[in-house]
Amino acid sequence: MDLFEHQAKELFARYGVPVPEGAVAATPEEARAIAAELAGPVVVKAQVKTGGRGKAGGIKPAPGPAAAEDAARAILGMDIKGHLTRSVLVEVADVPAEEYYAAFLVDRAAGTFLAMCSASGGMEIEELAATDPGALVRVPIDPLRGVDHETASFIVTEAGLPSDVAGEAAGILVGLWKVMAGEDAVLVEVNPLARTADGRVLALDGKVTLDENAGYRHDRPAEAATGGDDLESRAKGKGLNYVKLDGSVGVIGNGAGLVMSTLDVVAQAGARPANFLDIGGGASAQVMADGLGVILSDPDVKSVLVNVFGGITACDAVADGIVAALATLGEQGATHPIVVRLDGNNAEAGRRILDQAAHPAVRQVPTMDGAAEEAARLANAAA
Amino acid sequence: MSIFLSKDSRVVVQGMTGAEGGRHTARMVAAGTNVVAGVTPGKGGQVHQGIPVFSSVAEAMDSTGADVSVVFVPPRFTKGAVLEAVDAGIGLCVVITEGVPVHDSLEFLTVARQGTTRVIGPNCPGLISPGAANAGIIPADITAPGRIGLVSKSGTLTYQLMYELRDIGFSTAVGIGGDPVIGTTHIDCLRAFQDDPDTDAIVMIGEIGGDAEERAAAFIEKHVTKPVVAYVAGFTAPEGKTMGHAGAIISGSAGTAQAKKEALEKVGVSVGRTPSETARLMRALLEAA
Repeated sequence: MDLFEHQAKELFARYGVPVPEGAVAATPEEARAIAAELAGPVVVKAQVKTGGRGKAGGIKPAPGPAAAEDAARAILGMDIKGHLTRSVLVEVADVPAEEYYAAFLVDRAAGTFLAMCSASGGMEIEELAATDPGALVRVPIDPLRGVDHETASFIVTEAGLPSDVAGEAAGILVGLWKVMAGEDAVLVEVNPLARTADGRVLALDGKVTLDENAGYRHDRPAEAATGGDDLESRAKGKGLNYVKLDGSVGVIGNGAGLVMSTLDVVAQAGARPANFLDIGGGASAQVMADGLGVILSDPDVKSVLVNVFGGITACDAVADGIVAALATLGEQGATHPIVVRLDGNNAEAGRRILDQAAHPAVRQVPTMDGAAEEAARLANAAA
Repeated sequence: MSIFLSKDSRVVVQGMTGAEGGRHTARMVAAGTNVVAGVTPGKGGQVHQGIPVFSSVAEAMDSTGADVSVVFVPPRFTKGAVLEAVDAGIGLCVVITEGVPVHDSLEFLTVARQGTTRVIGPNCPGLISPGAANAGIIPADITAPGRIGLVSKSGTLTYQLMYELRDIGFSTAVGIGGDPVIGTTHIDCLRAFQDDPDTDAIVMIGEIGGDAEERAAAFIEKHVTKPVVAYVAGFTAPEGKTMGHAGAIISGSAGTAQAKKEALEKVGVSVGRTPSETARLMRALLEAA
């Protein structure tokens, strides 16, 4: 789960990492009030979970409350790379004299944590890594030891941060590591970490990604109002593993790898998948009904492909689930053709159950590739 | 023969008295696995499904000679369970549990690397050496013993390939898991298959996210002489959206299926466009040999 900048900064502050003074506004009037309270020049920043806000016009300086209100009015509602801006962060305009970079992340390849730090911050880190790889130091962090002041000092020294800010920056790195460890984060990134003209060091931006698997041991902000797709929220409410995509073939399958593969095979067959939906190994009738319900209520969907490989769950049980799901949805529910491919354990028995049910919307194709072609053909014919 | 797991393996199931653990223990036994013990803290001395239960892995190993553990405990207890198995010095620890916090995984994997335990998983279906033993949740009756080795991040894609190639059969199929951080990698399995006299060819299944497949390609180029065919899932996955597995996410330019396919093809690995085509490629390759 990615956090908004303001949520990341709230965590930073809680762990002693200095951030500019500021607050979040959902309306231009609120932005004005916050700016009035802060006094002096502010900056108004779109709160969206994507990069490139500045280039998109989502970050505007404002000399005072009236300008802050105008800036917020311009930014709120803005679409930035498909993300709707629903709030802005209004904070004191701390002007950086120097910009650095600091991050902790999970190094998948090495199976450890990694610190990255650079004396050249500000630009996109991918850009820095490409243009001046030597300027970005990478230091593995032992998961059993973490980051103490000594390790942090080593990192900032290696990165070539000026010696007069090294002590302060190291303290900030220790604080950022505490965010990483204390909040079960998989990414904590500050870009830029800035030195202001008056010599303070603080996090001017913040990006934090939390590990959803660790949600049970933390009190975390709800991920509601994040601008997610309505179908995605509905699916999430039913506990479904669903991602909305932009095509017209609804896809249901069991197992993440198989579903990803199904999307690819649909694309190869000349159509585009409307979603990713993994109903998992156990695939009960209720889960199948919930999944079909969400997919059939997607106005973009023109045909549905159910791709199940019977492993532990035998195909006859899955077929019973599909029949029960269609009964739950009723006549008006199954408005589009549903192509079903069952293979694996008890596939013959499963296919027989569907044949006997003879639901008008359902047609069976025995292979994955053939079923994808049929679903693609039906979707394209209906378009 | 096989890799990591054989008919001589003596399996202890951590969490055997739980619903999942019990159900899959019965399936493992039915597949011919020598399950010698269960472990549930506080339930030592009981007998469950005819198998003795111990309160700790160390006791189970002392009493039964167990050398493989399969972990079915809930996510919040997984770190403790794996650390216990590693401390006891078990040779192989297969972590089936899904939803383990990555900080916990990094902790127990770091400790395991310092010891003598190979960890597979977490969030994996386990491994099977058909006809010999099954440690995990891979269905045993969809395939047969044979001479293909398989390594995959994904469970159902593993099953799909095992089923399509069931007439040829498998030495061992290893589901390494879809989490961002895992104990045993594609490369570990490729190395073991290369060294296994009873494996003739290797199927490797990858998916978007990370660069494990690219690194596997580099390893194949240098160290694998046996034929390898591969499949990569996730060509249509958009950037920034997690596709079911916590590790399956494309961020920036890294982790795309296309990049993985190209890296594998560059070192001479045939990459199927679909699982079925991948099975056909393997079949053709073995028939040509």
